[in-house]
Amino acid sequence: MSTELIIALIKSNVVLAVLLTNTILLIWLERKLVAGMQSRVGPDRAGPFGILQTVADAIKLLLKEQIMPLKADRAMYLLAPIIALVPSFLIFMIIPLGPDLNIEIGGKDYIVDFVGADLNVGVLYFLALSSIAVYSVVLAGWSSGSKYPLLGGVRASAQMISYEAAMGLSLVPVILYSGSLSLVDIVSSQSGNLSTTIPILSSIVSFIPKWNIFPQFIAFAIFFIAAVAEVNRAPFDLVEAEQELVGGFHTEYSGFRFAMFFLAEYINMFNMCAITATFFLGGWLGPTFDGFLPPVLSAIMPIIWLGVKTFALLFIFVWIRATLPRLRYDQLMELGWKRLIPASLIWLILSAIVLGLREFGLPWS
Amino acid sequence: MVEALLFFAPASLIIIGALIVIFAKNPVHNAMGLVMTLVSLAIIYITLNATFVAMVQMLVYAGAVMTLFLFVIMMIGVDKKEQTTDSLKGQTFLVSGVFLILISLLAYVAISSDFKWDLWFPPVEFDAEGTPQLIAGTLFTEWIFPFEIISLLLIVATAAAIALAYDTKKRNNNA
Repeated sequence: MSTELIIALIKSNVVLAVLLTNTILLIWLERKLVAGMQSRVGPDRAGPFGILQTVADAIKLLLKEQIMPLKADRAMYLLAPIIALVPSFLIFMIIPLGPDLNIEIGGKDYIVDFVGADLNVGVLYFLALSSIAVYSVVLAGWSSGSKYPLLGGVRASAQMISYEAAMGLSLVPVILYSGSLSLVDIVSSQSGNLSTTIPILSSIVSFIPKWNIFPQFIAFAIFFIAAVAEVNRAPFDLVEAEQELVGGFHTEYSGFRFAMFFLAEYINMFNMCAITATFFLGGWLGPTFDGFLPPVLSAIMPIIWLGVKTFALLFIFVWIRATLPRLRYDQLMELGWKRLIPASLIWLILSAIVLGLREFGLPWS
Repeated sequence: MVEALLFFAPASLIIIGALIVIFAKNPVHNAMGLVMTLVSLAIIYITLNATFVAMVQMLVYAGAVMTLFLFVIMMIGVDKKEQTTDSLKGQTFLVSGVFLILISLLAYVAISSDFKWDLWFPPVEFDAEGTPQLIAGTLFTEWIFPFEIISLLLIVATAAAIALAYDTKKRNNNA
């Protein structure tokens, strides 16, 4: 086996391990945070601060009996959880975690890029895989052969298709601004500090990092709202509205298959936050303290920076869930089609005009 | 070896998916077979270094078009079994006749020409082929006029569909 193949294998195994343990941490964090915001205690029995609660839950789910409804469509019922899980792992492959690293193995230098795959169509890959993830919800709802999951599935497909449009459109100005579809290039285009031609502002502005969130704030707001809707989180969780639909599309799933849906939901949430951090908050960029820290520590500083940004966004996700009540279905559709999509189109035109003026100057001069 | 694997695995999936589309009794299974074919086709595009086309294939056909298909199938109900009996008299007889004629024509052409069964593919140059920049460059300079005409056509079609579906009388009565 070639060394490149071994490096790729190590990378994919590390990603798998990180995503799985990260999900355990994330579920615990969410329960604890929501509990704190609602003046409850939250999980506190298993392990210190109840951190092993999710592990206990996972073991319970793995050991539970698998139940399949009598009227279920067998093949599709078994396929749906797999379709849910695979895209969530694949999306993580394109998120750049740090700069290239030189590693010496057996006298030969290898350049390890801290990204699963640097695709020149990375943004499209992300959008394509999130549209594949819709199938899991639709199929799970339909194949259960039961009416509440079907209603949940229909709602889910309508919601995800609507918000995917807004999400894709809000990314276009960012792509225009960065000039690339590759996530690695989008991160590197955000390095350095902001600059301006207005002399009074330049001394203030030059301390702010050149992240896309500052020039593209509207795109960030639209993308973030659409991201919350895309992963079916509150206040957009009509897909699994407990009071109306029992549990939505995964009502009839139990044991390990239910755990797969749960896992996919949390990995998707983590991916969305990491992608938002990559597009708008400069990804892994941040001070590495090269002189002060030992080289091993400053080599992993980019990963820590990305983690800090991602978890800050995840905190906002949880905060929104604990704060806002659920939207009505017609309000949800109206927000998507009548507010977010027109707003993203107008913002796209405005950014294109500004970029065109900066590139080519005024048309009459 | 790797190239052969990368070709034959998706290629067989395409054929299996196409067979599911034709033979499966349940409309949802048909639709999922088509999704399988489209996604495998995207993998073939990637091996041909046409990553942009592959992603558009995934995004538009597998992602959007087929989800809407599935949506429609789910909404109009799939409990009704597809009709398996002939609606036209002598349909099977006619179709098999045409099929036999086509097959014999194909066989005749294959035998009479000097076609050889050696599968040789020209090597693919691994440079800027199929990148978004290249496609955008040709699309927005050389082919800008047909491109704009097509987008206009699509808007006309969408507007016509809305105009057909929009019941003005009913709307006015309700309001």
